[in-house]
Amino acid sequence: MSWTVFVAAIISSMLINNVILMRFLGICPFLGVSKKSSSAVGMSAAVLFVMVIATAVTYTIYDLVLFPFDIPYISTIAFILVIASLVQFVEMIMKKYSKSLYKALGIYLPLITTNCAILGVAEGNITGVWTETMPYFNGLLLSVSNAVGTGLGFGLILFAFSSVRERLDSSNIPKAWAGVPISLVVAGIMSLAFAGLVGVI
Amino acid sequence: MSKKENFLKGFFKENPIFVFLLGMCPALATTSTFETALGMGILVVFVLTMSNIVVSLLRNLIPNDVRTPSYIVVIATFVTIVGMLTEWKAYALYEALGVFIPLIVVNCLILGRAESFASKNKVVDSAIDGLGMGLGFTFALVVIGFVRELLSTGSIMYGNYLPFFVDKPIYLFTFDWLIDGVVYLINLIPNISILVNGSIEDVAIPMFALPAGAFIALGLILSFIQSKQVKKAEKLEAERKALIAEKRRIALEKKKAAALKKVGESA
Repeated sequence: MSWTVFVAAIISSMLINNVILMRFLGICPFLGVSKKSSSAVGMSAAVLFVMVIATAVTYTIYDLVLFPFDIPYISTIAFILVIASLVQFVEMIMKKYSKSLYKALGIYLPLITTNCAILGVAEGNITGVWTETMPYFNGLLLSVSNAVGTGLGFGLILFAFSSVRERLDSSNIPKAWAGVPISLVVAGIMSLAFAGLVGVI
Repeated sequence: MSKKENFLKGFFKENPIFVFLLGMCPALATTSTFETALGMGILVVFVLTMSNIVVSLLRNLIPNDVRTPSYIVVIATFVTIVGMLTEWKAYALYEALGVFIPLIVVNCLILGRAESFASKNKVVDSAIDGLGMGLGFTFALVVIGFVRELLSTGSIMYGNYLPFFVDKPIYLFTFDWLIDGVVYLINLIPNISILVNGSIEDVAIPMFALPAGAFIALGLILSFIQSKQVKKAEKLEAERKALIAEKRRIALEKKKAAALKKVGESA
């Protein structure tokens, strides 16, 4: 496979099939952690980090363990366990070796286990990328580029949205619309803008 | 809390979507039509009730330190079962929901109920709680799906995704019926005859079937609920203020009376 495939995968999963605005994954952190730009950046960095590792691990497990042993139906259980323990593991390693990184991302890590974007990307790679005939490394690289694109897209939208929300806080909104309703409408308008990119690749 | 209250709390007072904003991903992603929303709701009711029962049965066996992973395994097992059943019985729904069936595992509502209710209560109460909360979730999904399908196509279809009780897709409701009825009534008046070409779909807003429409429709519904809450709060506030003013008036009158008495005594 040529490198253009991977670049196309990154751009497609970052902008065209944006994880929040088009695929509705990770709405909870989108509404919960996007009140300040700084926490939005921290959260998206943590998501990108865990998403890439989790995708590589789950793809490997599916290709080398679940499929050869003929138990692919157990994938949901296996993946969620892998992700939960991975998050714990990453947290422990960070605490031991990089205090500064742990300080920056640590508080977001427990939230990530129940972030549906991680499991959604892992499952999506199995249904979208994985085939019986695909060589292991090609599939792994393609899945990881999907994960990188998805994580970047998540960060992009979370940052843009938190900037909008900071402005919204200081503006005069009718009481019935203040808070979540107006945020959802803002997200809808952003989604409409991103719908214009459909069909670019 | 009685059993009835326990069952009914999920619909309005503690509605997972409209009040607690839990499980927003399926609320946006699976509600493009009324039917997919209903299908998703049924799956969640099943998983939530069963996982609540099992967690409640095992609540004294699971050590406190590993409770979250254990609950996740229980939930994931039922999600896998439900996914297989859907693939077998309603393949169109399975295709339409896609990745959101395995994602029921990470629905915060289910883990939240296991953690906060089923791990502390008896089996029957937990089952009722799961059923009530699941039906409340379904109710919210169906409301959103209903609004979106009505706005995007002008009608409500049944039978495309859930092949139960009907042989082929039928209209549950469409604005065409209303238009036809009005045209028929007008044509009953002598010397008047009008004809309407086309259907309601020509003037519907297809944007509401797109992702953008999901956000905007949910925002509209939430703002409607919030406006009710704001009105209620304002009413309460006004009542409170009236009560305080009344108390002040009484206190002032008492003071006046005391002062008058004092003046009378000294004089």
